[in-house]
Amino acid sequence: MDKAIWVLLLFFCYFLIGNLSAQDIEHSERAERISGSAGDVLEDNPVGRLKVYVYNLPSKYNTKRVKKDPRCLTHMFAAEVFMHRFLLKSPVRTRNPEEADWFFVPVYTTCDLTPNGLPLPFKSPRMMRSAIKLVASKWHYWNRTEGADHFFVTPHDFGACFHYQEEKAIDRGILPLLQRATLVQTFGQRNHVCLKEGSITIPPFAPPQKIWAHIIPPDTPRSIFVYFRGLFYDVGNDPEGGYYARGARASVWENFKDNPLFDISTEHPATYYEDMQRSVFCLCPLGWAPWSPRLVEAVVFGCIPVIIADDIVLPFADAIPWEEIGVFVAEEDVPRLDTILTSIPTEVILRKQRLLANPTMKQAMLFPQPANPGDAFHQILNGLARKLPHDRSVYLKAGQKALNWTAGPVGDLKPW
Amino acid sequence: MSPLFSSSLHIISCLLSLYLGVRFSRLFYLSPSSEAKVNFPPLPLSLPKPLITTVTSPSTPRLVGGRHVIFVRPWTHPNPAETLQAHRILSSVQSEQRRLHILPRLPSQPRKFLIVTPTYSRTFQAIHLRSLAHSLLILPFPFTWIIVEPHSSVNDTSAVLAQFPRLQVLRLIYPGTMPNTWPQRSRVEAQMRLMALREIRHRRLDGIIVFADESNVHTMEFFDEAQMVKHIASVSVGILVHTGGLEKEIQETERGKKGTSGLGFPVIGPACNSSGHIVGWHSFDTLNYTGKIANFVGEEGLVVPGRFEWAGFVMNSRLVWEESERPDWVHAFNAVVPSGDEIGIESPMNLVKDVSFVEPLGRCGKKVLLWWARPEARFDSKFPTRWIIDKPLHITLPSKQDPWPDIPPEIVIPATPTLARQNLTGKQHSKTAKSSRSKRRSRGKRNRESRVNNL
Repeated sequence: MDKAIWVLLLFFCYFLIGNLSAQDIEHSERAERISGSAGDVLEDNPVGRLKVYVYNLPSKYNTKRVKKDPRCLTHMFAAEVFMHRFLLKSPVRTRNPEEADWFFVPVYTTCDLTPNGLPLPFKSPRMMRSAIKLVASKWHYWNRTEGADHFFVTPHDFGACFHYQEEKAIDRGILPLLQRATLVQTFGQRNHVCLKEGSITIPPFAPPQKIWAHIIPPDTPRSIFVYFRGLFYDVGNDPEGGYYARGARASVWENFKDNPLFDISTEHPATYYEDMQRSVFCLCPLGWAPWSPRLVEAVVFGCIPVIIADDIVLPFADAIPWEEIGVFVAEEDVPRLDTILTSIPTEVILRKQRLLANPTMKQAMLFPQPANPGDAFHQILNGLARKLPHDRSVYLKAGQKALNWTAGPVGDLKPW
Repeated sequence: MSPLFSSSLHIISCLLSLYLGVRFSRLFYLSPSSEAKVNFPPLPLSLPKPLITTVTSPSTPRLVGGRHVIFVRPWTHPNPAETLQAHRILSSVQSEQRRLHILPRLPSQPRKFLIVTPTYSRTFQAIHLRSLAHSLLILPFPFTWIIVEPHSSVNDTSAVLAQFPRLQVLRLIYPGTMPNTWPQRSRVEAQMRLMALREIRHRRLDGIIVFADESNVHTMEFFDEAQMVKHIASVSVGILVHTGGLEKEIQETERGKKGTSGLGFPVIGPACNSSGHIVGWHSFDTLNYTGKIANFVGEEGLVVPGRFEWAGFVMNSRLVWEESERPDWVHAFNAVVPSGDEIGIESPMNLVKDVSFVEPLGRCGKKVLLWWARPEARFDSKFPTRWIIDKPLHITLPSKQDPWPDIPPEIVIPATPTLARQNLTGKQHSKTAKSSRSKRRSRGKRNRESRVNNL
């Protein structure tokens, strides 16, 4: 009798475990878990792992600028606005600066737009200096570390170099006052002046509602091999040719305009998002800067991103294994792009699609309002949490100064 | 100083400052320090790009902000082996999508289809039959194709089917001929389908009966949905009314009038309530189009379907068997279908006693899964057998205009230019001779005169 009960119990346990593992297998068939060099950290919850103090700056630095130009809420640099709003309501926020691990300075440096909608970075350095001066004079936390436990969101083309032209940006370099702070920026390129070590690279802002409004059923067959919509030549700013995108986009056009496998053009179709969901590969070549919102769109729509930008640093690179998800093509290999893409084994392509189908992957690229667990806001906080605890060298001794307050172009020193 | 000298100096200095001013302004305009980025509308991509070189492999280091060379390989067309590989990749991606998203909804064991197609020999039979055969070639389910045809069409149908040896076909001969008017043709088609149903009943063939008319367009989704039928199901059929030039009128009728689909084209299919049960039917209303409907096949006018079309119904073959586990809401086949010439039923719906048991497919009829169309040539049109002209043409007539005006003048066959008309003796003339002759004829008086002189 006893034996029968034990056998029944064993059967029951086996049945239960068998069921659970079957569900796991089914789930993993559609989507694979993502683990980068930092481990399985996309699903980490930052609440309880760090505390952030948000400075209360006068509204001329933040809310007044958005009121003046509401386009700042929808362009691809809107992360600075939404990060501020998210932190104000987040459970990681603390109102007691003594217990804060990180300090956030909310200054919307990219919210100065031309009539066309392009941000002008010419006043941004002065605005940033003015904000830092205010923070340093009104609170003592800046001088304690000279900004090493402060973080800023600088999402413009070349980050804290505050210029859209690469040469000029390199000449300026990162604003001297931000030399010790952590920068949260979209720009990322290895061995580049404008990428500081310890920066957190984030995706550009893409409006989540607009994206979710264009989702098509997943059983729609993917029949486009390679898809791209955008400029190949920037005739307005680069009339001679050869400067824009370091010639890579022009090379894509000249080599593959006659290839029926490549659905590439400069049109703006109304079905842009739907077409991406019907494609296997989506090209994400560099433009004037190496990053582009196409990466976000490709990941959300399950289209394998083909990244053509040498030495680029992709968003959340320590949490997301981009090598396993996307295809990297060197700019000099663009003429052989069709050979490269068709020589990828089918199992590798199917695996990349499974990784892209993972909902945590898609969430990590977006900035939804209100925030969802695992979205880009949380990944930023996770990145900040991974940098804790602060090294003791962060705290300066009394009288020790690390920043040069008068460095930089003379124009920057004017008050804002 | 003489006034001439001063004025010329004045003019020269004006021109010089104008020239220099333009140069300087261009410098400022194109320099990157200007605050406004002027965005011109995109010019056509065929602008000459002096930087493009065809080189096999570049090796210049990357310049920051410098001008780069655009490398184009010598042969920019696709490699056929790579194109084939790309298609293999696409097909494995799509079968993976099907495995993940569609197969879970289908029964684990694919069920066999019995596809009933009436056909007959006519101008467009080869087109329609071949396109249906191609659809069936990619069908991922087992099936038997039951083709019913009158005796006179057997050879033509065999010629078409000979190109598809892999298809499993069961051919039935219908005793009778196809008439020339639309209403009578649809009647005979219905009789052919009933003949197929009788055969299925007699042989006790097991499967899902699909009425696939050869000129209809079927989506593969239709067959996926049809796999899920239990007894009898109905799908939405989009009607492509052959318009005879009346497209706008049909569109306006279909969008405006009550009782139409509102989509701009008619749809025959089930109408459901919110819980997914059939509460009614969208049927075709010929009253909207009275006076414009064609009677003879191929004449001008609308070609319209019946009230319900057989093609929109899918049923389990056991419903027509003699003794089977038939639900009690289904009539016995012999009870409703009389033997002989009478049809007795308008559509498969008349086989059931209670139409609320008919299952709606395709998200309750919201998806149009197949398209009904009847493009046909005139009933008396002539066409060559198997659409092959393999004997040379014996009678050629000269064209009024030269169809190949660019033929070089070297291809010239001498002929007498005094002939006003072509010599209709049945001698074979090459096309180039004909055209060059007409070309020379149009060349001008002088040539003609010279030739006459040569003679």
